[in-house]
Amino acid sequence: MSELPGDLLYTTEHEWLRREDDGSITIGVTDHAQAALGDFVYVELPEMGQEVDSGGDMAVVESVKAASDVYAPVDGTVVAINESLADDPEVINADPYGDGWIVKLQPSGEIDEGALLTPDAYQSLLDEEEA
Amino acid sequence: MGKKTPKHHKHVEAGARIVDFGGWDMPLHYGSQKEEHHAVRTHAGVFDVSHMTIVDLKGEQVREFLRHLLANDVAKLKESGKALYTCMLNEGGGVIDDLIVYFMNDSWFRLVVNAATRDKDLAWIRKNAEAFDVDVNERAELAMVAVQGPKARELAAPCIDAEWRQSALDLRPFHGMEAGDMFIARTGYTGEDGWEIVMPAAQAPAIWDRLIAAGIAPCGLAARDTLRLEAAMNLYGSDMDETTSPLEAGLGWTIAWEPDDRDFIGRGPLENMRADSSRRRFVGLMLEDKGVLRNHQRIVVEGIGKGEITSGGFSPTIGRSIALARIPAGDYDRAQVDVRGKLLNVRVVKTPFVRNGQVQIEV
Repeated sequence: MSELPGDLLYTTEHEWLRREDDGSITIGVTDHAQAALGDFVYVELPEMGQEVDSGGDMAVVESVKAASDVYAPVDGTVVAINESLADDPEVINADPYGDGWIVKLQPSGEIDEGALLTPDAYQSLLDEEEA
Repeated sequence: MGKKTPKHHKHVEAGARIVDFGGWDMPLHYGSQKEEHHAVRTHAGVFDVSHMTIVDLKGEQVREFLRHLLANDVAKLKESGKALYTCMLNEGGGVIDDLIVYFMNDSWFRLVVNAATRDKDLAWIRKNAEAFDVDVNERAELAMVAVQGPKARELAAPCIDAEWRQSALDLRPFHGMEAGDMFIARTGYTGEDGWEIVMPAAQAPAIWDRLIAAGIAPCGLAARDTLRLEAAMNLYGSDMDETTSPLEAGLGWTIAWEPDDRDFIGRGPLENMRADSSRRRFVGLMLEDKGVLRNHQRIVVEGIGKGEITSGGFSPTIGRSIALARIPAGDYDRAQVDVRGKLLNVRVVKTPFVRNGQVQIEV
């Protein structure tokens, strides 16, 4: 059973996002994703200030097993990247919702929460994938 | 749902992540692929390899048949239990499969072939055996485990019947022996010492439990792949297939050219390729930049041409990415690899990358 915090929003691509008080959003991959991909060995981060489109790839996480794109869940600008992942990508495995965060975006418009998943909806997605 | 090995329920109990491999439901890992990898390099790990296909060939003409069927020469095998690694080629010199052949006695040889190629292998063997006095008998009722690592034989020895234990421990590399209804060989696919143990399927779950209780880590196919990549051991379907000659897959050493009148399948085309100085090289690569090399990535050798990674990944032992690759002929040791549109620098290195727990290349 993977961990699934109740205060986050999720995507069908197994990413999570947290709305911060300053209007930015923090993005990472879920506990389910890190368990499925296994030990991370490399993370390719975007440039600071890079503009991203919703659904476009903005980072790559590579485990021993495979490379996997990290998609932007909203349109926006990269305002922070987790540089510690360059030397220590396994932090994502150890703490996917905390120190293993990947990118912080400043959304360029309103966030369409309807396009994102609530914790319950994401849990249902996981249940379906398991079945 | 795929075929299940006799130990399948043991893997599920142990929390294994199960994947399809050549039609079999096999454990990919039991938690951490990297920890399993390190367990084999530093201590001991056990793999369920019951999906591998065991074929016994018996008959008066079995040696003669195999000298025709296989690119390596079983005439080299004179001692009971001695093993030989070889390719089985098609008429064009392409690789149908790579396999290990054991000499049991003058009228009995045992082949261990890949799971994913089982059907075509058996069809090819049976078709070519028609002209010989040889019976082809698949031993689907047998299960197999590989115990690998510096401590593997010592820890696994108590699972061998006392009557055979010392002889098993005395086996030299690439030799096997019958031990009651088991067959034990000092072989493997990891670059470490160890045994591969064949046994009746009914015994397999109990033996598995005893090996785990002895402190041997259960390991999945994911660790098996990174271990064999570090050991620069080829994977069929990835590093070579029916369109590839062993000469372009780093397997020239497995072809027995002498005696030159031995008529093995594929010999003619292979002789021509052997004389061709423009044939591609099969090499080891180490990534000097950050990132991970993956299968099918394109290699660019400036001024010379292009190549392809046949097996790429991250080496847990070295802490860098490594690969096996087919590259254009020429004398050079630097190249670049196209990773998502960026050209990263690689160095051509002598393989294996890792052997018996030790890194063999300059990092």
